[in-house]
Amino acid sequence: MDLFEYQARDLFEKHGVPVLAAAIATTPEEAEHAATKIGGKVVVKAQVKVGGRGKAGGVKLAENAVDAREKASAILGMDIKGHEVRTVMIAAAAPIESEYYLAILLDRSNRTFLVMASVSGGMDIEEVAHTAPEKLAKIPVSAVDGISAAKAKEIVAAANFPSDVADQVADVLLKLWEVFQSEDATLVEVNPLVKTSDGKVIALDGKITLDDNAEFRQPDHAALVDHAAANALEAAAKEKNLNYVKLEGEVGIIGNGAGLVMSTLDVVAYAGKKHGGVQPANFLDIGGGASAQIMADGLSIILGDSDVKSVFVNVFGGITACDAVATGIVQALELLGAKATKPIVVRLDGNNVVEGRAILSKAAHPLIEQVDTMDGAANRAAELAAK
Amino acid sequence: MAIFLNENSVVIVQGMTGSEGTKHTRRMLTSGTKIVGGVTPGKGGQIVDIDGHQLPVFNTVAEAMSATGANTSVVFVPPKFAKAAVIDAVDAAMPLVVVITEGIPVHDSASFYAYSLSKGTTRIIGPNCPGLISPGKSNVGIIPADITGAGPIGLVSKSGTLTYQMMYELRDIGFSTAVGIGGDPVIGTTHIDCLRAFQDDPETTAIVMIGEIGGDAEERAAAFIAEYVTKPVVGYVAGFTAPEGKTMGHAGAIVSGSSGTAQGKKDALEAAGVKVGQTPSETAQLLRDILGR
Repeated sequence: MDLFEYQARDLFEKHGVPVLAAAIATTPEEAEHAATKIGGKVVVKAQVKVGGRGKAGGVKLAENAVDAREKASAILGMDIKGHEVRTVMIAAAAPIESEYYLAILLDRSNRTFLVMASVSGGMDIEEVAHTAPEKLAKIPVSAVDGISAAKAKEIVAAANFPSDVADQVADVLLKLWEVFQSEDATLVEVNPLVKTSDGKVIALDGKITLDDNAEFRQPDHAALVDHAAANALEAAAKEKNLNYVKLEGEVGIIGNGAGLVMSTLDVVAYAGKKHGGVQPANFLDIGGGASAQIMADGLSIILGDSDVKSVFVNVFGGITACDAVATGIVQALELLGAKATKPIVVRLDGNNVVEGRAILSKAAHPLIEQVDTMDGAANRAAELAAK
Repeated sequence: MAIFLNENSVVIVQGMTGSEGTKHTRRMLTSGTKIVGGVTPGKGGQIVDIDGHQLPVFNTVAEAMSATGANTSVVFVPPKFAKAAVIDAVDAAMPLVVVITEGIPVHDSASFYAYSLSKGTTRIIGPNCPGLISPGKSNVGIIPADITGAGPIGLVSKSGTLTYQMMYELRDIGFSTAVGIGGDPVIGTTHIDCLRAFQDDPETTAIVMIGEIGGDAEERAAAFIAEYVTKPVVGYVAGFTAPEGKTMGHAGAIVSGSSGTAQGKKDALEAAGVKVGQTPSETAQLLRDILGR
């Protein structure tokens, strides 16, 4: 889960990373109120989970509280790369002397943690990494040893931080490590980390990604979920514990196992080229169980998507037996009754396939059509969606 | 021969007394796997009867190894306790540890992987994987044993169900070993580890490699194939239609920015001389063409 800037700022503050006074607002009036409380010049910042908001006009300096209200009024409701601005953060303005970059992240390639640090912060760090890689220090951090005070000093020295801020930056790094570890983060990034004109080092903007697998030991993280952003179908699926992602196409997809479902989307898109370019409408992995109830829940989500013209159920029975899946489909259609209106192409293979196919044949439901191969079934589902 | 797992594999089940552990211990026993006991801290000394097999339970992996001579462990422990279970196995210098558990926090898997590297005596497969099977010899994990038999194909895949699908497509030819390496961001055994082992395995004559979006493991594997692998390799990559920034089921299957796309992976594999299929069936056909079967 990616956090908003203000949520990252709050976690920084919780762990002692130096930040500026700030508050969030969802209306211009709230923005004025927050700015009054902070006092002086403030920065009004759009809260969106996408880069490039500054260039899009989502960050503005305000001279005073009244100005903050006007700036907030302009920013709230803006569309930044498809993300609607529903919240702004009002933060104290700081006189900046230098901008740095500091991040701790999971390095998948090397299966370890990594610190990236640069004294050329503020701009797009990927640009720095590309054009001037010597300005970006990358130092591996062992997942067993972590970052000690000595290690933090070593990293700060390797990144050539000036001596007047070295101790402060090392201290920030230690605290960021605490954020990274104790919050189960996979990314903690500060860009820019600034030195103010009075010599203080402050985290001015931050990004945090949290590990969803750690939910069981991070009860506080549930409150950070952005429910407003979720698509209505995705929210309904989440409530049923279904692994569902809404896409743009017309063919509803149900399958078992993440890899097979991803593959099913591709095969449908591939087949769709011959049928007017129809595309998969969603990703839905019903997992290993595939009971009648799970199948009914899945089907009802997909049939509730008005973009869907046909459905493709693609199951390979590994541990799951195909007869159980077939029974699930039949019972699901009974449960749904008149709500089921779209053609359903079913491809079953693997464990107990003969029994499974027989159950569907015997049910002879008018909406169900069986095709023996994955490619053939994808083609048929695409054809039905194109009609 | 086969890789990592063969007729000499002697297996213990960590978490055998849990419901998943018991269910899959039964399945593995049915498929002929030599299972000699289990580990559940606090339940040492019990005997569990599974279909007439009297399986002793131990408190630690070290005790289980000295009592049974086990050389392989399979982990069905829930996410919360998985790190402790793997560390226990690494401390006992268990040669092969197969972690089936899904949903382990990445701080835990990064930590037990780093710990296993520092000890240098344990190969971890997974986590969040279906395990591996050397048909006719041994089956460790949750891969169905009856899809196909022994043969000359080596298979490595991040995904469980795509592994089954591919084994099914090529069931008339058969497999030396099929390894599901798992879809998490940090895994113990990579495509490259498996490719190297298949290249060195005299029983394997051709290799199928299945990848998916996210990370750069496939790109690295492509570079490795160009440099080291002389046996024919065919590939399949899932996730062409996955949008940027959305996780597709596997915690590792997410496209961020321009990196980790299916097209990038396919291009890298093809540049290394790997034939890549558009669908699992097409990929199977490419392998048939190479083997002339």
